Parts: sequence; structure tokens; C-alpha cells
Amino acid sequence: MENLLQEPHPLETVLISRRFRLENSASLATFLANEGFAGFRKALTMTPDEIIAEVKLSSLRGRGGAGFPAGMKWSFVDRKSPKPKYVVVNADESEPGTCKDRVILQYDPFRLIEGVLIAARAIGSERGWIYIRGEYRYLIEHMNAVIAQAYAAGWLGKDIQGSGMNFDFATQSGAGAYECGEESALLESLEGKRGNPRLKPPFPAQVGAFQCPTVLNNVETYSAAPDVILKGGQYYADLGTPKNGGTRLLCISGHVNRPGVYEVRLGMNMLQAVNALAGGVWKGRKLKAIVPGGSSCPVLKAEECDIPMDYDSLAKAGSMLGSGGMVVLDETTDMVKLLSRIMKFYAHESCGWCIPCREGTTWLKKILARLDDGVGSVSDIDTVDQLAVNMFGHTFCPLGDAAAMPTMAIVRKFRHEFEAKLQSASQAFVPAPGTRSLPIVK
Amino acid sequence: MTFSQELESRFAKMLDNYPPGRQKGAVIPMLIYAQDEVGAVTPELVQEIAKRLSVKPIEVNEVVEFYSMLHRTPLGKHHIQICTNISCQLTGGDELWQHACKKLGIGHKQVTPDGLFSLEEVECLGACSWAPAIQDGYEYHHHVTPEKLDKLIDDVRQAVKAQ
Repeated sequence: MENLLQEPHPLETVLISRRFRLENSASLATFLANEGFAGFRKALTMTPDEIIAEVKLSSLRGRGGAGFPAGMKWSFVDRKSPKPKYVVVNADESEPGTCKDRVILQYDPFRLIEGVLIAARAIGSERGWIYIRGEYRYLIEHMNAVIAQAYAAGWLGKDIQGSGMNFDFATQSGAGAYECGEESALLESLEGKRGNPRLKPPFPAQVGAFQCPTVLNNVETYSAAPDVILKGGQYYADLGTPKNGGTRLLCISGHVNRPGVYEVRLGMNMLQAVNALAGGVWKGRKLKAIVPGGSSCPVLKAEECDIPMDYDSLAKAGSMLGSGGMVVLDETTDMVKLLSRIMKFYAHESCGWCIPCREGTTWLKKILARLDDGVGSVSDIDTVDQLAVNMFGHTFCPLGDAAAMPTMAIVRKFRHEFEAKLQSASQAFVPAPGTRSLPIVK
Repeated sequence: MTFSQELESRFAKMLDNYPPGRQKGAVIPMLIYAQDEVGAVTPELVQEIAKRLSVKPIEVNEVVEFYSMLHRTPLGKHHIQICTNISCQLTGGDELWQHACKKLGIGHKQVTPDGLFSLEEVECLGACSWAPAIQDGYEYHHHVTPEKLDKLIDDVRQAVKAQ
């Protein structure tokens, strides 16, 4: 497997990533020699209520994008239900800008198994799955091997380490669908269906995989659980800011000198992350804007980026911390082209289940591709904004919002770029080869 | 339809992964692994998987239509997938895509006449911090330049010629 790690940076706080750089970090022997399963061993001495209380105290929030408190999610599972309970791991990492779960699975896969076992213990589950996107085939095979080792060493299966706890765990391959990162669509896919989202409520905690109560979290969220239990919820919470506990992996990409996956405490200043961790904007250029946490998050202009990176501060700034996929844009970035590409993605990935998203993303894609070619009128810019407004909050699942949010942000914050493109192109319009723009209607 | 022993044992293991009566869950993993061996999701493959999972063929077909990695016709021996999503776009993904089209003389989802290569412009591959990224089949290549892509293609052609 190719190396995905860069030199550690002094401003990093290594907790989840603390075993990444050890020799054979993905082996069970290395894991066990470095506090592996210590959190789970401790969890075995605790009651389910105590485990959930500890996770709540840690203020660990979902690392997949939505940022929902993990302890709350676990507590919603009806443990008295006569149905089996399931633990599902979301490794459908597909949000543009995000590449962190890949690093965890590659370098410390047993950490995830440990986190899953802690969750299983907390909700009384005996079966779980990790849903991995089909493109990550090498990681599916890697996890199959890891799971087989865990079974052989008595960390999965019947009567785990003599504790009386049983837990079966398996991989499930996706086959190319961003929508399957949405929790209810993921569950549909796990059941062998098209990845369309489900109506909520009921939430997966009541009716999840195979109609049974289910806890579903991101790879990184489960991977944080061992340290929450081992070092205590308070310790974990104190690493971050109030209600935003712990550390998280930040995937920095785009126009920076040192792109990479870095572990930081929640609340680190965003500009510090760009300038110190990632070595600043490349080619000596100035910063134009930052996509804070995956392409769904509204962009922040350079002057809005001097803020702490935690869920609440980003929300206050009108954006989201999202999945930790931070995309840095330099001063030369063509924002019309960027938004056009973002929308091409959402139109491709819209599952087609509900009309505002299916039609909204498709029309936005067409209009934005046209604007990018310099074809259209100024009123088209308003149409783009209005379409996004109409989609926002009116779709079955968050994919519609994910398409609408960056649209509204870019078209409002960088309207002058759209206008300039139209003005400069209306004088000498030459369609790019291979593009299929609609004709100008006057 | 018969499959290799390896795939058969993989299927057997997969079917073990679900609660009783819920084996339909295996439809997507079965399709993608079978596609790798058969070369495409053929009508016979759909029938075979439907039979093995005791579902109607339409239940398999509707899944095939949904997932972008499942395809009805064979791809090239090397399926070159180029990401042009934002992190890759910002670091040269579009140029890489144009270059690949020119170099291979084919476009999106097309196959070269010799069947050696096919090309697809894909969405985010989860390699953003190592952009621009491509996949050759399931194999990742990071920090790809037009020169690196040329070498990859030329090496494949050379190897075929040498045989």
C-alpha cells in the first residue's frame, strides 16, 4: 500500500493517529503492544449506561459531516427491544475533499474494531458491518484480513476474550454511489437495494439495518471511542472546545504547499491550519477562500477564515465543519468553474428519489456549465440562487442541502466573478471544445 | 453459470454475513466481485445472482442501474478513472483528463479498439490530499502528471507488445 503519511507536524495533537507511524502499524501485534484493546477491556468492566455516559461526557460528535453527538445517538437505541441490535460503520467516504477514513483503515484498522466493540457493548449488539465504498477495494481486502485475524485471536466471534460477549463483524462493499454515505441510504444498500434514503423518523436507532435498532457512525467516530473510554470522557472533552470534544483528522487539499491528513484539536484556528500545518498557500499566492469541510460546506472568504475550527464556530460563521475535508483556494481560482464542477458532482450523485434534488441539481448543472462558458444573462445568476433557495430544506435527505449550500454561498460571495465572466465572454464567445452549451436565447 | 473456486468461496462467506433470511444484502458485493471475473454484468449473471439469492431478476437489475461501478458492457483491460472533482480540478485534474482523452483517442466511458484501455471521468476518489489522483482498475495513483500517465499507458502497451 502506498504511503499516505507526511512528516508529523509539531502543531498536531496525535491521539487517533498515534499508532500510524509505528512499524507495521496495521498489525495486531503492534496494536496490542501499544494500548490496543485497552479501551475495550475497560469497557468490559463498565455497564452499558456507564459507557454511554462517558461518550456523552466526551462531547464526541459525528465525524462524518453532520456532527451529531455520538453519545446521544448511542443512547437512543432501545436496548430493551426484543429485536437484535446492530452496529454499522460508515466507510463510504465520498464527500469531495475527504480522505481521512482511508488513512485510519490503512494504518490502524484494529482501532476501528475496538471502537465498534465498545459501541456493541454499549447497545448490546452481536452483529455489525463496515460499509466500504467500492472504489476502496484494497481496503475491503485489507479489512477482510484484519477481521479474519481478529476472529482468530478471539477479538471477534463467540465469547470474546472469555467475557461472554459475542460479536460478528463483516465488510460490505459498495459499488459507486455518494448517496450511500447518507445513513438511511447506506442501510438500504446494506439490505441489497438501491441507495435511496428512507423517511425519517423513525431514525436508525429505532429502525435501522434489517428493520432493527442500529447505531451507525463514521469510521473516525468509532475510532475515537477507545481513547474516550481509556483516558476518560473528560480528558477527551478537554482537548477540544466546549461541546466540541477531542481531536479530528483534517484532510487539507487544494492550493497549499503541504497537503495532507493532519490530526488537530477541535478549535484550532483555520488560518493557522492552512499556514502552519499545510505550509501556506502555494506558489506565494494569496488565499481567496476555503471550503471548510467537504464540498457541501459553504465556502468562507479569506477574511472570514480567522476562526476556530469546531462545529459551533463554523455554524456561527455560516458554514460547517463537515467531514474535515478542507479545500484551500488561491487567488487565481475560478469560482464559476469550481461551482460548476461541484454541481456536476451533485447532479451525477442525486439518487433521483425526490424531485427538488433531482431536478434542482440537474438544472443548476446546466445553467452553471453555461455560465462557465460565458453564455447566459445576468438574470441566470439570480436563477441559480433562487433554485438553490428552493431546494434547501425541501429534499428527502441532506444531498439537496449539500448541493444548495455551496451554491448560495459562492453565488452570493463571488457574484462579481459570474458577472465578469459574462461580460468578458459576450464580446468574444468561443465555446470550449467538446462542451455542449445551450444556445443564447435573446 | 460457473465461477472460479475463489469466487465461489467468497460468495459462500458473504452469504454468511447476514441475519437469517436476509441474504439479499449480498446482491451488491456479489455483483461487483462477479463483474470483476466475468467482465461485465451480463443478463446471465443477473439471472444467476437472482437465483442464488432467491429474488426476482428485476431486484438485481434495479440495483445494477443504480450503482456507477456496475456496468453492462466490458471495459478495457485497464480501466483508467480520472478524478476531476474539486481537489483534483484545482491541481490539474481537468488537464489530466484532456490529456488522457487525446493520448488514448477515446472519451468518457469508451474503450480503445484493442480493448486494452477504457476511460472514465469519475467523482471524488478519496485521494484529495494526494491530488490529482486516478485509479487504474482498483489501483490508486497519486500526484499524477501527464508524464506519469503517459508512462503508465506506454508501459502497458510495451508489456503487451513484448508478449
